[in-house]
Amino acid sequence: MREQRTFDKIIEVKNVTKTFGETTVIDDINLSIRRGQFVTLLGPSGCGKTTLLRMIAGFTTPTDGTIFIEGQNVTDMPPYKRPVNTVFQKYALFPHLNVFKNVAFGLKLKRIEDDKVNARGEKQKTMRKFTKEEIAEKVNRALKLVGLEDYGHRDVNSLSGGQQQRVAIARALVCEPKVLLLDEPLGALDLKMRKEMQIELMKMHRELGITFIYVTHDQEEALTMSDVVVVLNDGVIQQIGTPKQVYDEPANAFVADFIGESNVISGTMLKDFDVSFLGAEFVCEDKGFAKNEKVDLVIRPEDIKLLPETAAEGQLLGTVISTVFKGTWYEMEIMANDYEFTVQSTVEAKPGQNVKMLIEPDGIHIMKKLRTVNEFEGEIDGENSVYICGGSFEVDTNLEKGTAVKVLVPFDGVELTDDEDDGVIGANVTHVLYKGSYYQVQIYTDTDEDFYIDTTDEWDIGDRVGVIIDKSKVTLEVIEEESEKDDKE
Amino acid sequence: MTKNKFRPSFFAIPWGVISVIFVVFPLILVFVYAFIGEDGNFTFENFAAVFGEISNLTLLLKTIGISLLTTVICLLIAYPTALILSSAPFNRYVVLALLFIIPMWMNFVLRVIAMRSLLYIFGINNGFFATMIGMVYDFLPFMLLPIYTVLTNMDKSYKEASFDLGANGFVTFFKVTLPLSFGGIMSGITMVFMPVFSAYAITGMLGDAKTNVLGGRINAFFSNSSTWGVGSALSFVLLIIVFLTMILSELLSRRAPKQKQTTKGGTTK
Repeated sequence: MREQRTFDKIIEVKNVTKTFGETTVIDDINLSIRRGQFVTLLGPSGCGKTTLLRMIAGFTTPTDGTIFIEGQNVTDMPPYKRPVNTVFQKYALFPHLNVFKNVAFGLKLKRIEDDKVNARGEKQKTMRKFTKEEIAEKVNRALKLVGLEDYGHRDVNSLSGGQQQRVAIARALVCEPKVLLLDEPLGALDLKMRKEMQIELMKMHRELGITFIYVTHDQEEALTMSDVVVVLNDGVIQQIGTPKQVYDEPANAFVADFIGESNVISGTMLKDFDVSFLGAEFVCEDKGFAKNEKVDLVIRPEDIKLLPETAAEGQLLGTVISTVFKGTWYEMEIMANDYEFTVQSTVEAKPGQNVKMLIEPDGIHIMKKLRTVNEFEGEIDGENSVYICGGSFEVDTNLEKGTAVKVLVPFDGVELTDDEDDGVIGANVTHVLYKGSYYQVQIYTDTDEDFYIDTTDEWDIGDRVGVIIDKSKVTLEVIEEESEKDDKE
Repeated sequence: MTKNKFRPSFFAIPWGVISVIFVVFPLILVFVYAFIGEDGNFTFENFAAVFGEISNLTLLLKTIGISLLTTVICLLIAYPTALILSSAPFNRYVVLALLFIIPMWMNFVLRVIAMRSLLYIFGINNGFFATMIGMVYDFLPFMLLPIYTVLTNMDKSYKEASFDLGANGFVTFFKVTLPLSFGGIMSGITMVFMPVFSAYAITGMLGDAKTNVLGGRINAFFSNSSTWGVGSALSFVLLIIVFLTMILSELLSRRAPKQKQTTKGGTTK
């Protein structure tokens, strides 16, 4: 009991960073995973979730930081020595072996402790391999667990996708790992099969009691299956919490947008429990923000109550744009104060109809803004010009050439151009978030820096754009020589 | 889509014509000559001459020996080379693999002449040793290419799965990489053994009297118009042996695991 206590954290990831060439895939991540939990790493493709899993498995080593399994530093330990097993995305079943031999592969290599009585009658600890009978028994038990009892002699290529996946799971589980790693294991299956496998995996997790780490980009899958969801984006953990927590109390606009349907709106915290957005004041349940602090807030489509136009209650008046019947509820787009709300309700409102919308305090979730201003470090490189992000931008300044400066550009101080050559520098659009009356666009420059831009133009992810900065909105702060190091962290 | 008047098989007609002229017809000629005596009548005499002459049989054994030896040496050199070339960090430099394969595109007579000059410089004269060097040098790319192709196309996740299940690099090689590259090894063996078996130019240019092989003897028979019949019969025997080898390697290849060529890449990031 006590021993188990000491290793309550079965996996600890400490300050792990992974870079491939110039790109940082995992950026200084800390994560601990408790024994027996079903943990899901969730995020869009390219967010680093698979890389993190591969570092825990040992297929890649972190550029920086350490990984512990049961308190032991395994950062540089090869995968075959780690007490974890992996279920691969494309199964990776050995095509030259049949089902039985695939599952037996790991067992044949395993050594177990054995008490041996030597010639003098003393007990000695030795290591031995499993006997043929032991292997057969374990393999058959594992195949039974995944529902493939009589498939041992079958050629793996003759199995369906779902069956192959089961063999892959049996092959990993038969080694009795401390942690089972699953890399988007259901990605290649059709919807019905996925649902079945989800339930089976959850059942296995309950019965076996071992830790599961599950990678997926499917938020529904993550919410259904896990004890803990770790939401990742751009190599950074956005939020760790139970499925209910990440859904009900998203930590930031990204999480709110990524998980479930949501209305993400910019607002101002007037005082504790009092927020203003879209020109109306609302009572909320959040406090601890600065006075008039700009915040992001999320309202789930099912948290908006629709009332008749004439109702006394309700904070916003809106017009229904469209209504779609979704089985148990109607999904409606409702325009109110230039924001297009998505609303789910069992009561239907016809397009064109005016409605009052009531949002209760517990339906509003306030989140700190990830960033309120774009901040870069640069250098004055000429008269009225500053060099940041690989380009010389025009500014109003009388600072001397060569002065190191901090450049603050508000979100609405940046303009994007269709033609890259029209801008000072080029960049790619990486993220677009609709914030009601405008879009918040995130772009990624060739010098590995992010800009956030508020714009009414709609851009698509992947667009190549030019960047222009409005010189009247830029603020420059001189960086003192001494503090330079601190600023750079 | 417009309706196609021609069935796809029509496009095979040129190929059919060419193979009749250059493959089927010569084979028939060899077959016919093998059964026609000097007087122009049907006879088994040519075959009697082939099997009656004990030196033909020893020559056959010697040819098989040289072919096997060349194949084995090629395999022993090519496999580790392919393994290194296909592994990180070398797999990024396709040029390296190309260096081994480029000689394939050069006429082999030129290569052998060049090799002979080189060997003379090192003081190696015509003989068995020079012949073996020439043979291996000449046929190495044919062994390397199929093995290299199989190894580079092998899904990385098989190796990772093996590591994951507790196998170290050594065990992984023998239990996963080697069995999965069996198909490449088999086609390499076929592509080396069969041409070496009937080769005579290399032995002629780099060998001496002792390294004479079956191909050389057939060549000798055909340089004298009165012995075309015996030459044909001997060619016929050689053809049958090559044919049997092909069937054997085909049977073995069928046992080789078929790798699923799933889409490469995926989310390995």
